[in-house]
Amino acid sequence: MDSAIRTRSLRKVYSSPPPAAVGRDDGAVAAGKRSAVSLKTKDAKAQITALDGIDLDVAPGQIFGLLGPNGAGKSTTVGILTTRVRPTSGTAWIGEYDVWRDQTEAKRRIGVVAQRPNLDFTLTAREILLFHGAYFGMNSHERSERANELLDRFKLTDRADQLVRGFSGGMMQRMSIARAMMHDPQVLFLDEPSVGLDPQTRLLLWEIIREYNQKGRTILLTTHNMEEADTLCQELAIIDHGRIIAQGTPRELKASIPGGYLLRLRFGQHSPALLERLGKLAGVTEVRASGDAGADLYASRGGSLIPEIVNAAAALGVELSDVHISEPSLENLFLHHTGRSLRE
Amino acid sequence: MNWKTFLALLARDAHVARRNLGPLVLQTFLQPLLFVFIFGRVMVGSGYLPPAYKSLLLPGIMAISMVFTGVWAVAMPLISEFQFTREIEDRLLAPIDISWVAAEKVVAGLIQALVAGLMVIPLAWIILRPGLELHVANPILFVCVTFLVAGFSACGGLALGCSVDQQHIGLMFSMVMTPMIFFGCTYYPWSALNHFFILQKIVLINPLVYASEGLRATLVPQFPHLSLPLIVVALTVFDCLFMVVGLRQFHKKAVS
Repeated sequence: MDSAIRTRSLRKVYSSPPPAAVGRDDGAVAAGKRSAVSLKTKDAKAQITALDGIDLDVAPGQIFGLLGPNGAGKSTTVGILTTRVRPTSGTAWIGEYDVWRDQTEAKRRIGVVAQRPNLDFTLTAREILLFHGAYFGMNSHERSERANELLDRFKLTDRADQLVRGFSGGMMQRMSIARAMMHDPQVLFLDEPSVGLDPQTRLLLWEIIREYNQKGRTILLTTHNMEEADTLCQELAIIDHGRIIAQGTPRELKASIPGGYLLRLRFGQHSPALLERLGKLAGVTEVRASGDAGADLYASRGGSLIPEIVNAAAALGVELSDVHISEPSLENLFLHHTGRSLRE
Repeated sequence: MNWKTFLALLARDAHVARRNLGPLVLQTFLQPLLFVFIFGRVMVGSGYLPPAYKSLLLPGIMAISMVFTGVWAVAMPLISEFQFTREIEDRLLAPIDISWVAAEKVVAGLIQALVAGLMVIPLAWIILRPGLELHVANPILFVCVTFLVAGFSACGGLALGCSVDQQHIGLMFSMVMTPMIFFGCTYYPWSALNHFFILQKIVLINPLVYASEGLRATLVPQFPHLSLPLIVVALTVFDCLFMVVGLRQFHKKAVS
């Protein structure tokens, strides 16, 4: 079956800081990720590689997540797929339409929720939906019915005829999502949809996303929220520094972490002998030094390892000063691949 | 070309203009009408200016109103909609080539400039009569020139609106619009600069000169004016130039 979203060798190099349209996410690239900056010549402007060869295949009817820290390239990927960012090289398709060659056809099939609310502030909530429907050629009866339905679903009916300028952040976000769904697009892009939402609204949003997906629609969302990625997405791509570092279902990805459990240990002093000894403990699959006097242990068990670790340390005269155990999670997966936490 | 989307974009702009009708009318007509009153009524009435000045003034005032309205109607919304709030984004994502989104802004501005220009005539007539002598010998030519003037103001608005940031709006009006109006042969005919030889040649780069002279040539041909073929060619060139520059700037702003 053809993909709903497909990219091949997608690259994007900014020669100036990414504009606001790309969002806070990739703005961070410009702000200071020096590792992503390369200078062509001494006189050339600093070039920022936001995407470095992204290949994606999203099956129709899937909820697909792009998971990564700020500045990873998530928003740039969404920007290219939604015609808002011109790729430096590579291709992107929505269904059978090349996003750059058949922009109008591609746009007809997508709905986009940007990271920041970009509502038409001169209009009321209802007018925003009605005009959006009109841009997509919906007739007036269809438009007003669909607008009422969405206003109701997003709990905005009581504010429907007020200018959106006075809306709270959460209301604007709900409004943005309602607008993106107005023309019933086959593919819905949501860039960090739950940032700034209270837990209740976040649950409502997840419910609406699932509901929309059950109608056979494809959804691509970006997030750096583990829980969101884990509970909502059927497939995930983990992205860092403009590259996809792992891809699969949340279950597959979690299963790919050696050992599953991660024990982050901190000792009183650095001891290579201790690390070697820890590696030999039953159930431990990998030991990595971390920081000055720390170690990350990947193992098939968690708490039950602690007495053995304490004994091994004591035998070498080293004191265990801190332990943090985490169960198999996407956070650990990200840490495993990049050596960094998603929140760093 | 997707007409349904284009008309929906136009309907949106019309809706917003209707909502802001009061301030829009004041902003468009207050200044020109005050000018008409002071120069055409007070100054002429008190004998400081000859009665014929009334008829000479009207085309210039009409040109100012049209250009100011067209530039303002296109540039101001674009400047704010391309700011960090990116309000224009939903229209850029509409199923239509983004050049048409820019073209729609120009059409909306052009219509507003036409309305502003044509409204000046009856309003000024009320204030200035008696003694106002308009001779529209060739209505087709008048319509043609009026469209070209409205076109250049809307296209100029597109070019300016996509090149100026919000913090430079004040500068845009004081550095671009004000000199343009004073050196635009609006309050005097181009021939009045006969004694300022160099200035008379330099002002020819100002498109407003052709707008004022064009309206003078078609509304009050009894006064000296530039030749009509030159005016039509110059206005057409400015229309095209501003449209091309405007579209290029629009694309730069719209796609990163």
